[in-house]
Amino acid sequence: MKRLLLLGLVLLAVGCGGDEAGEPTEVVLVTHDSFVVSKPVRAAFEQETGLRLRILQTGDAGAALNRALLTKGNPEGDVFFGVDNNLSSRALDEDLFEPYEPGALDAVPDRYELDPEHRLTPIDHGEVCLNVDKGWFAERNLAPPRSLDELTDARYRGLLVVQNPATSTPGLAFVLATVARFGEPGWQEFWRRLRANDVLVVDGWEAAYTAEFSGAGGSEGTRPIVVSYASSPPAEVVFAGKPLDEAPTAVVEDSCFRQIELAGVLRGARNEAGARELIDFMLGERFQADLPLSMFVFPVREGVELPDAFRRFALVPEEPLELSAEEIGENRDRWIGEWTSIVLR
Amino acid sequence: MDVDRAPLSRVSLAAAATAPLAFLAVFFAYPLATIVGRGLAEGGSSSFALGETARIAWFTTWQAALSTVLTLALGLPLAWAVGRFAFRGRSVVLALVLVPFVLPTLVVATAFVALLPERLDQSVSAILLAHAFFNVAVVVRIVGGYWAGLDRTTEAAAAVLGAGPWRRLREVTLPQLAPALTAASALTFLFSFTSFGVILVLGGPRIATLETEIYNQAARLFDLRTAAVLSLVQLVTVAAIVVVASRLEGRLAGRSATAWRTLSRPLGHERLLVGSILAVSTAVLALPVAALVGRSLSTSTGIGFDHYRALGRETSVLLVTPWGAVANSLLFATLATCLALAAGGLLAVALARLRPGWLDGLVLLPLGGSAVMLGFGFVIAFDEPPLELRGSALLVPVAQALVAAPFVFRIVAPALRSIRPELREAAALLGASPLRVRREIDLPLVGRALGGAAGFAFAIALGEFGATVFVSQADRPTLPVAIFRFLGRPGAENQGAAAALAVVLALLAATAAVAADRAGGRRSPL
Repeated sequence: MKRLLLLGLVLLAVGCGGDEAGEPTEVVLVTHDSFVVSKPVRAAFEQETGLRLRILQTGDAGAALNRALLTKGNPEGDVFFGVDNNLSSRALDEDLFEPYEPGALDAVPDRYELDPEHRLTPIDHGEVCLNVDKGWFAERNLAPPRSLDELTDARYRGLLVVQNPATSTPGLAFVLATVARFGEPGWQEFWRRLRANDVLVVDGWEAAYTAEFSGAGGSEGTRPIVVSYASSPPAEVVFAGKPLDEAPTAVVEDSCFRQIELAGVLRGARNEAGARELIDFMLGERFQADLPLSMFVFPVREGVELPDAFRRFALVPEEPLELSAEEIGENRDRWIGEWTSIVLR
Repeated sequence: MDVDRAPLSRVSLAAAATAPLAFLAVFFAYPLATIVGRGLAEGGSSSFALGETARIAWFTTWQAALSTVLTLALGLPLAWAVGRFAFRGRSVVLALVLVPFVLPTLVVATAFVALLPERLDQSVSAILLAHAFFNVAVVVRIVGGYWAGLDRTTEAAAAVLGAGPWRRLREVTLPQLAPALTAASALTFLFSFTSFGVILVLGGPRIATLETEIYNQAARLFDLRTAAVLSLVQLVTVAAIVVVASRLEGRLAGRSATAWRTLSRPLGHERLLVGSILAVSTAVLALPVAALVGRSLSTSTGIGFDHYRALGRETSVLLVTPWGAVANSLLFATLATCLALAAGGLLAVALARLRPGWLDGLVLLPLGGSAVMLGFGFVIAFDEPPLELRGSALLVPVAQALVAAPFVFRIVAPALRSIRPELREAAALLGASPLRVRREIDLPLVGRALGGAAGFAFAIALGEFGATVFVSQADRPTLPVAIFRFLGRPGAENQGAAAALAVVLALLAATAAVAADRAGGRRSPL
């Protein structure tokens, strides 16, 4: 036992030891739990820059941002990735990032740029949308809902599962979608009717999608409508375990709300030069083309070819619902509070 | 008799306690104090009303108390069966109860949701049932293990004097079992008090406990002040409860001596009773696990091992193969077990001379700290030399050991206390040095307890998620972290991988428990 302990300690020491002084040899990316990069792409970065890329996943999008705020000034890493337009105001107000304007921004449409001072660089976008279980509706000869309004119809009673916006990013995006669609006080009224129509609220995406939603692969859930992403149908195809001609689920286009994910150089980063190189790389074609099948989001860069599964099964909503980052920043906490008293109390 | 030759002097006992206390001070008290201090120093008033805090604290306490009662009800019959009788498969039963204990809550909770009748969805009853299911191992292993080592002469004497079975149980056995009963109850209570995943998934968004509300305030709303206040409330409540429980234990504890006897085979009507207890408990415990195994075997083309075969392949979800995560977990859990055995064992040696009291209770405090606050504390307390540990992979076994060490202590201390002092005195009288007394009297006698504690610690370290996820690195995910990553992706393959990994986790924990029990048992002279 003792020998094992010693061996383990030595292994770990060798594994984590690197000399701290002198030229930095690594760049540390702080990000959320859903971050994924494929191995060859990561290796390409390390080869091109000569820097080791260390990845630190520090919770879901909200928790990771808060942990970055907690360590403001003496950050855990060099780059933070995963602030979205729903939370960016918090990061910008707190002055978490150093400005940096990568050259590749020319290839990114203006609609994705949130910060004129370039403290945050857009990397990907994904849309939060209602997903429906096509098989469930086909079996019952019922048409799936085509708009947000229809969700309050009696025929869709007890079919919808959503996430608590106080604890879940897609849950928050869906509430914002209803604010964008119905305005105030329309959205409050909509949720009152939705509650009367037996909407189920759960804590997070996993509980909603994998446990309650009937359309997810391998699920025993019973509700055929769920809040998820525009990229969930292609994910169901890619990870089905067998070739499929058609996605088992579909997106309700009218319900989609735009989410943009951004990255920034953390103020106080040890390897600021490396941080800039990493952001350049993340906007580069190779990383951007890797995004759909690794994180199941869309590249912000124009002209990046999408993989087959995305071209066939993903729907990029023409005009997703949107709210400005400032409007969200000013009202988010109040909206969540009101939603809580309408739907949960 | 030369009193100074008594085993180990006060000084060396104090020395034994220093290392584990320093470990707890550096890795528990210091980071927690740092983050709570930072929260309290933040300006502005807490957004949380006093009444709301009191309401949540009260709910947390009574659901934990009820969970403990339910766990005892489910666990004690089984503890009696394994504590009194030898039967084929006994060690398997002792290992199997650990399976629910190590399974990640998120995985089992979804299996639970599918099994529960719909009206129990998002209710307190669902939470209580889940807590009993998860914690039954604590009762069965701690009480059952202690029961097996009890000296039965008093009970036999009572029987000869005409006391019926119930009277013997009430007046002889239960007082003898008091240390194990209180230890198991205290640990179950603490786990239910600070449980997190069960509350979120099975309780739904309307139910909050202190732990979930601290997480909400700290990680989601970033209201560190409220989180700090709630953490203090949680810690003080936990401290009060464990201190009271330990004092109660000190008062109840009779002088029960450990004796090594072979367990008897059940005879006559006992066979029926033991058989039906085993059948019912196994059914209750196996149902959610069977659902999980079923899920791991169901593939797009029917039944098969596809999800297990896929564990060796590269995946887009992790930077290592799933088997790589298994290897990480084994390494980390081994380190954590060594740390926990050292810390918990040394504390037990130091405190075993005293009657059980409030100090025993305080050893449990790390279980009352909020995982998210401790995680945040690590991040800001260890950010500068000489304690620049952020990003060190060593924090993973340290975090796991913090959770496991109290178990080691609570299992080893009663065993040490139950050694007859005459044995040590006789050895000393015969010229054995204090260390030799420890090695040749204490070690063999507590061998079984140490083995059981090691198995428990390993299982806890393998299954630990709440604190590990805060310090784990993408290159070295542990098994539960890998399961969590797979669960977070859509698609049948990912959900299947999560189920297969959960089954692997369960198998590893059960195997480790059998091995540790065997190793510990061999030391004890039978």
